Formats: sequence, structure tokens, C-alpha cells
Amino acid sequence: MSNAKHNDSLLRFMTCGSVDDGKSTLIGRLLFDTKSILADTLTQMDRTSKKRGLEAVDLSLLTDGLQAEREQGITIDVAYRYFSTGTRKYIIADAPGHEQYTRNMVTAASTANLAIILIDARKGVLTQTRRHSFLAHLVGIPHIVVAINKMDLVDFDQATFEKIKADYLSFAEQIGLQRAGRDIQVVPLSALTGDMLVDRGEAMNWYQGPTMLELLESAPAAHSEQNEPFRFPVQFVCRPHASDDPELHDFRGFMGRVESGEIAVGDAVTVLPNGYTSKVKAIQLGEEHLKTAITEQSVTLLLEDEIDTSRGDMIVKSDQAPEAVKQISGMVCWLSETPLSPARTYVIRHTTRESKAKVGEIEYKVDVNTLEQLPTQGLAMNDIAKINFKLAQPLMVDSYSKNRATGAFIVIDESTNNTVGAGMII
Amino acid sequence: MMTTANKTTLSHLDWLEAEAIHILREVAGQCSNPVLLFSGGKDSLCILRLAEKAFRPGRFPFPLMHIDTGHNYKEVIEFRDQRAAELGERLIVRSVEDSMKRGTVVLKSEDESRNKHQSVTLLEAIEEFGFDCCIGGARRDEEKARAKERIMSFRDEFGQWDPKNQRPELWNLYNARSHKGENIRAFPISNWTEMDVWQYIEREKLGLPSIYFAHQRDVVMRAGSIVPVNVPLASGEVINQPKAGEEIINMQVRFRTVGDITCTAPVISDADDVTKIVLETATTTITERGATRLDDQTSDASMEQRKKEGYF
Repeated sequence: MSNAKHNDSLLRFMTCGSVDDGKSTLIGRLLFDTKSILADTLTQMDRTSKKRGLEAVDLSLLTDGLQAEREQGITIDVAYRYFSTGTRKYIIADAPGHEQYTRNMVTAASTANLAIILIDARKGVLTQTRRHSFLAHLVGIPHIVVAINKMDLVDFDQATFEKIKADYLSFAEQIGLQRAGRDIQVVPLSALTGDMLVDRGEAMNWYQGPTMLELLESAPAAHSEQNEPFRFPVQFVCRPHASDDPELHDFRGFMGRVESGEIAVGDAVTVLPNGYTSKVKAIQLGEEHLKTAITEQSVTLLLEDEIDTSRGDMIVKSDQAPEAVKQISGMVCWLSETPLSPARTYVIRHTTRESKAKVGEIEYKVDVNTLEQLPTQGLAMNDIAKINFKLAQPLMVDSYSKNRATGAFIVIDESTNNTVGAGMII
Repeated sequence: MMTTANKTTLSHLDWLEAEAIHILREVAGQCSNPVLLFSGGKDSLCILRLAEKAFRPGRFPFPLMHIDTGHNYKEVIEFRDQRAAELGERLIVRSVEDSMKRGTVVLKSEDESRNKHQSVTLLEAIEEFGFDCCIGGARRDEEKARAKERIMSFRDEFGQWDPKNQRPELWNLYNARSHKGENIRAFPISNWTEMDVWQYIEREKLGLPSIYFAHQRDVVMRAGSIVPVNVPLASGEVINQPKAGEEIINMQVRFRTVGDITCTAPVISDADDVTKIVLETATTTITERGATRLDDQTSDASMEQRKKEGYF
């Protein structure tokens, strides 16, 4: 926070890697070099570093979260960190990288628009690199930054960097990252010394590309790239019933967030699943009247006609209506310690809508390390499988590859109310 | 009414605002009896503004509630009442003193801070009204233990937060379901930093209790912190007497956080308006809680401990 300028935009990104890759050090360094760590936090880190017999401040201490984790020396849940450069505000989802935490990686990836995948320069592309890349791909993160870290431990050697880069790009080709239009950048760095993170440093003058921070500063913010159709799931209906105010007497506002696309006053809309049609009379945000609303904006829509609409309905542009389906097929990551039971009925939440659901078929599960498709009867925590569900109520869906908001769903176990699965519609 | 021109992407404040409105509406859509915790402090004042944007011209689909330790600055209490009246929304106040009378809160000594005992009174109020969700102004950047907090955070029947038993939270598909007796804590400004809060206050021209701005105050220096002394309460009682041998200094200070008097310290400052505070926040070298919360300094894990016990 070096100045008080209002940030132009916000970028959410995630970091994938294990303790050994220097992930915590990378985040610590990013926050330290952008002056986002304040003195009292540093003092505390310094004290803890000394207690552990270290000479310099251990920047990884900054992202050490809960007591249990500190005792075990590992990160076991997604943690969120914040920093700002004055031109952009950043939200980091810091996910643990170990296999048994696949669910945490999927959670962190779900809101990220960019993923930093860490590779130890001494080790090159490992099984876990493949796993992280596959998951980032599965959850549809459009920008991948491969950070080849610990360059200081390989004498900042260009040939080492080029070899790992070539290895990675050929692997990325295999799993279809380029084909899917993902933007892949590879950068050499040392989180420990700070080279190529925020400052270029002197040790790698052979590298002409952007630094890590430059890549973060220039990556498009969420949802500004694809031209997606307008989707407006209704969250809440506002009917003030203020009979003493004639202007409010017939007020019926449909409140929600524009999940994708944009809408303008006068546009022809259809309300799903019933299929009623009308036109947008007004768009409000608090006392402000807007002419248009864009992706991710929370607004209130007023329609020309009186239409019976409630939470769970979806307002779309009449010429861009999605399908209403009673069966979905998707890649599901199982999140719960209790395995999926094909005999049970679950609840699926999709946008603001819920439906009871039963498993139709588990087609296969994916080995996240080899990416092999394996036959399976059930699903345990951290498994990823292709599943078909039969639904009691129709859902208005798009495929996840076309629309992350209307292609995503969660699975809820009604007995505990826990969120037990995360799905992406194919 | 204003009309705003076309935009193509949301600025960071617009994005944070849109996210918070979405969360408030999810609470309203998913929970049957939510309540908004409102202390008169800056974070909860931001949430009131967000609730206006989320629900007007309708009424808020929840009442406001304050858990009063009885040791709050009277400027803040007056502001709390005034703001609730302006909005025309219902304000419920439940006090730690009533819990003390009931015997459910027992202080170890008379001058023990009542701050941590708020959790008892809060749980009693949740039970009294049958609330299934409490909306609060906590932010993830405030403290380490909050960095992993969910936006919809599940609490069991004893109000306990179990860091190992939190629901995964993906995309913006929040799960605010609960069984009877259980409770959800919803945090619409989880992703805001102290700076975002001040920038939002500046942009929305929000009013604040006067003690957020630089003012003269009698204080003493105690264990490296500035401790306000001889503070008059709304009841007329005066608390925080200086200890023997302490020298009273009249200093220009302001509060960065506002809470129970016994555990909130001011900072030296001449920032007497929001613009100056934004500037000061941008150049400060001390974290918000590090500088001002006397209750967080006991150990690295002190916040986590209190959260497990049901603290907000």
C-alpha cells in the first residue's frame, strides 16, 4: 500500500505448490516487496524466526495460518490474502498443494482468474505440477503463470530454465491447455532473493520477459474477456407494499447479480423457467438509476410487465436463452469425508436455484496424477469423476467451458447441510 | 435521481460493493430469520450502506442488533441510535450487564474486560429471537485466524467455530443452510481491507462517530499502548481510572477501531477528516489490530482461541 490511489481493477489469483516449492516464501515476498506487510507483523515474524534459530526473517511465516497448522508446519486450508499496488487490488487464494488437498485446490481455483504454478528449478516438472495444471485447467482458470522458483539454487542458469519451460509446454500441449485457449506464461525467479518477482534483480539478465508482478498487473481482470450471454439469477424479490407512496405501490424489483453478459434498459428479456417475456423498464443500484448493468454488478431490475417471479428464476435476454434441463452431466470433485452414496438423494445448488438430485451414472474417475480415466463405483474425498445426475426440477444451464457462473454447481447433503461436492457441467 | 454513464469493467470498490450486496441478498434469500450485528463502528456502518443498496426501496429483511458491553464510548452509542432511527429500521440492544445479572457472565475481577463475554450475550440473544444467521463486519485481513474464515461460516449449537469443520465455499455458491439451533455467521465484507473500508466511506460520504477523527483526549502510556483514561459513559459513570503513578497526558488521537473501551486503544493522529485518514492509512506502518486491540497481543493464536469459544 504505497499510495492512496484508487485501484482501477481487482484480480483474484491462486498459488499452487507445496511447502517445499517455496510457495509461502513467494507470497511473503510479494507482500513484502509491495510494502503490504506492516511493522508489527514483521516484528512478530522476526521474533518467531529467531526463536526457530533463523538468521533472516522467514517470509513464509506470514502465510502460516491456524494454530493446528503451525504445530504441524503445513497449510491445510485455503487462506485469503490481500495486497494492492495502487493500480490494482489483489486477492490471493493460497491453497495447499498436496494430493490429499485436491478439494482445497478446487475451492481456491473456483474464484481465481489466474493461477501461479510453482516449480522447483532443481526438480523440474513433477507429478504434482501435472496435478496442479490439470486442476487449474479443469476449473477453467484462463491465465496460467508457471513460476520456476529457486533459480538461486541452480546458479540462475538459463539452460535449466529453458529445459523446464520446454518440458512444461509439451505437457501443457498434452492436456490441451493451449487448445482450450489458456494463456500460459513461464517466468524464472527466486522468491528467497526476490529476483524477477517485483524487482528484476541482476542475476538473470538473460531473461527479457515480464516479472511476476508485471504479469499480475497486466492479466485481464475477471470476466472482461469472453463475450458471454446475459444471465441474471433472481436472488430476492422486492415488493415494498408502501400504499402511502404511489410510486412504490406497484414496485416489484428483481434483485440479483449479473453473472455474465450485460443488460440495458429496453432490452427484451425472458424469465425462466416459465418463459414469460417482457422488457427492462429500469435498472437500479440503491438510489442510482443505471442505463446498463455489466458482469458481476449487483442491481435491481424492473420489468415493463407484471410477471410472477421468485428466487431461483433466471432473467435472460430473449434471444440468448439457455437450456432448461432435468439431467446434467459434469465433472464432480468430491469434498466430503463421507463418500458419495449413489443410492441417496442430494440437493444441487446452481446459481440461486436448488433441485433434488440422484446419481444416474458414474462414468469414470480421473487419476489426478496420471490423468488416466478409471472405472469406479463410488467417490471418496478428493476424487474427481464424471457423473450424470437426474434432477427433480429443471435447471437453466450453460456448459462450464462457456460460462463459469452458470456451468457450476455444488452438491449438498441435506442430513448435515454440508457442501459435499463441486461440479462443472459438460 | 442520478443517471450514471456506461462502464465496461468494475473498479475495485464497485466490485467489492457488488460482492457484498450479493452476499447480503443470499442471506435474505436463504435464511428465515437473520439479524445484522451493528455496533456503530465503521465496518458495520459500511454494511448498513450496502444493505440500503441491496434492499431499498424495501425495508431491510432483518433487524439490527447490538451486543453492548456497557463499556462503549457514548459518542458511538449515540451515533448507533441516530443511524438506526434515520434508516427507520428496528434496533435490538442486548447487554452484557443483563447476562451478568442473570449470572451467565461472571467476571473474574471487577475490572476484567467484558469484551470476550459478548459471546455469551450474543448466544443468549440468538436463542431468544431464534436467529439462524448473524451478519457481521469481520474482514479476513484483520488477523491471521480470519484469513481462512468462510463468507458463510457455520457455528454449532454452542456457537463454536471449528476450523476443521467448515463447509467448502466455491464460486459464489454460498451454503447458508442450518438446522434448528445451529447458526450461520455471514461476512459480506470478508474481502475488504482497512483501506477499502476507508475509501468506501469516503466515496459514499458516510457519517461516522466523532471519535474516529483526531481529537484531544486524556490518556496514559501503559505497556507501550496509549490507554484512554477517565472515560465518561452514557450512564454518567466514569471508567478507566489511571493507575497509581501513571501520568495523564492530553494527546491528539483518533481510533482506528472502536470497541469495548477497556480493550481499544487510539493512535496519535491529526487526521480530522476522511480524506486525511485515507492518506494516513496508506502510509501507516502498523496493522489495525496490532496498534489498537489490547486483547489480541497476548499470543500469536489469541484470536483463534476466542473464535473457537464463540467470539464473533
